[in-house]
Amino acid sequence: MNVASIIPDDRLERLSNAEITRYSRHLLLPQVGVDGQRRLKAAKVLVVGTGGLGAPLALYLAAAGVGTLGLVDFDFVEASNLQRQIIHGTRDIDRPKVASAADRVKSINPDIRVVTYNTALKSDNALSIIEDYDVVADGTDNYPTRYLVNDACVLLGKPNVYGSIFQFEGQASVFYAKEGPCYRCLYPSPPPPGLVPSCAEGGVLGVLPGIVGTIQASEVIKLVVGAGGAGGAVAGDSLIGRLLLFDAWAMKFRELKLRRDEGCPVCGKAPSIRELVDYEQFCGLKPAPGEEPVESITAKELKARLDAGDPLQVIDIREPHEQAIAPFPGARYIPLGQMARRAGEIDAAVDAVFLCKVGQRSKFAIRALREAGHRGRLLNLQDGVGAWARDVDSTLPQY
Amino acid sequence: MAKVFIPTALRAFADGKAQVEVGGATAGEVVAALAELYPDIRRHIYDAEGKLRSYVNVFVGEEDIRNFGGLGAPVPPDGEVTLVPAIAGGVAGALRAAPRQTDGIVRSKAAGRKR
Ligand SMILES: [Zn+2]
Repeated sequence: MNVASIIPDDRLERLSNAEITRYSRHLLLPQVGVDGQRRLKAAKVLVVGTGGLGAPLALYLAAAGVGTLGLVDFDFVEASNLQRQIIHGTRDIDRPKVASAADRVKSINPDIRVVTYNTALKSDNALSIIEDYDVVADGTDNYPTRYLVNDACVLLGKPNVYGSIFQFEGQASVFYAKEGPCYRCLYPSPPPPGLVPSCAEGGVLGVLPGIVGTIQASEVIKLVVGAGGAGGAVAGDSLIGRLLLFDAWAMKFRELKLRRDEGCPVCGKAPSIRELVDYEQFCGLKPAPGEEPVESITAKELKARLDAGDPLQVIDIREPHEQAIAPFPGARYIPLGQMARRAGEIDAAVDAVFLCKVGQRSKFAIRALREAGHRGRLLNLQDGVGAWARDVDSTLPQY
Repeated sequence: MAKVFIPTALRAFADGKAQVEVGGATAGEVVAALAELYPDIRRHIYDAEGKLRSYVNVFVGEEDIRNFGGLGAPVPPDGEVTLVPAIAGGVAGALRAAPRQTDGIVRSKAAGRKR
């Protein structure tokens, strides 16, 4: 869909000679030109998350001359980030991600204004932060923040440039309720925790966020410049109303049509969401009322029971390649993907402890078994194999 | 036979397959045939009442079946059916971050990390 620039004309300033030199390759494109570059200079773009997607987003938007770049992240740089979060370097480990990202961005382009928010985006700060920006690029890694960004953008009338990744697969779109569907039109509600493994559990190809994040950066630039182009140039198409699917392993792009859902709770005809809600509750991260809680056992408690010779079945539900990274001694392997059909292999008369990497998928396995009719006592190893490595056996690697 | 594209997030429940061919003249029949073939995928696609889950979208060709009669949407003989689940990029990150998110600006992590 072609859309006019989201930057109003009255905010445009002229370009200095130094800027004309720096952005020469943009100015030579009729679709950008001087007009488009002035719009980029006036633009205020908020990048939520400075991780895998946020890294290329912030780097390219800074290089492109986006005048004001806001960066939101509560996290600190860790060694396991560096395989893909190319805005951070080895010497940035333990620094706040926004500080590290701001340094890098300013070294690329000292002329732009960088505003950092060293905090998690939450219901009580999202509107006041997003309000100041023209467009939001969503580079978050979790469902509560995705719904929060979506709802805040719909309520404020801002476009939300969306990207998400898993293993080898990426999705990208532009959710802009003024012109097309929003994220909730596509996904009215999130999967329950543990159903879709996270990147921290399922892994991700390091270059994948590079590809998806740069797609998002292109979409941001088109919204700012105006995908209709200046001076009668051939119009570009925004990803509004289209979902781009990318598979890096098969090296295939596919495209699906998205439509606004008139019954959408936030952008539909009679919206029920008129203010931000509790997104952790909405995403099931807090137990729903009446939900039977999953009983858990700590790594130290499990060690004590094993040492005491208690009869116990220890079930490792991780994938085989993952077990190979940090095998759990004495565990029986039943991958999560086979749990329902192999329920009969678990003895209902003996306590069973389930474990995975961080203790989320194992919780899901327990729920799957209960649904399949299993009546024995099922315990979840709290915080998974990571907790075992931390509290019981330090020779086991943490991954 | 319809070609069904299985997204990465659901492949563990379908013997690792990225794509399978099953019979069916409607989206509902095709998805049911997939669940028949791989019972472990069933609970990821259907809820307890047998309704399609709201975080798994089904497309026939490039169109969302919600706009074409839902599970009754027709699938041409050699049609393509794509399952598109919500992926976030990292649920566990949110879960581990949750306690820190509640106390506002976060500065405690580096200090709290074991060395
Ligand atoms: Zn909507």
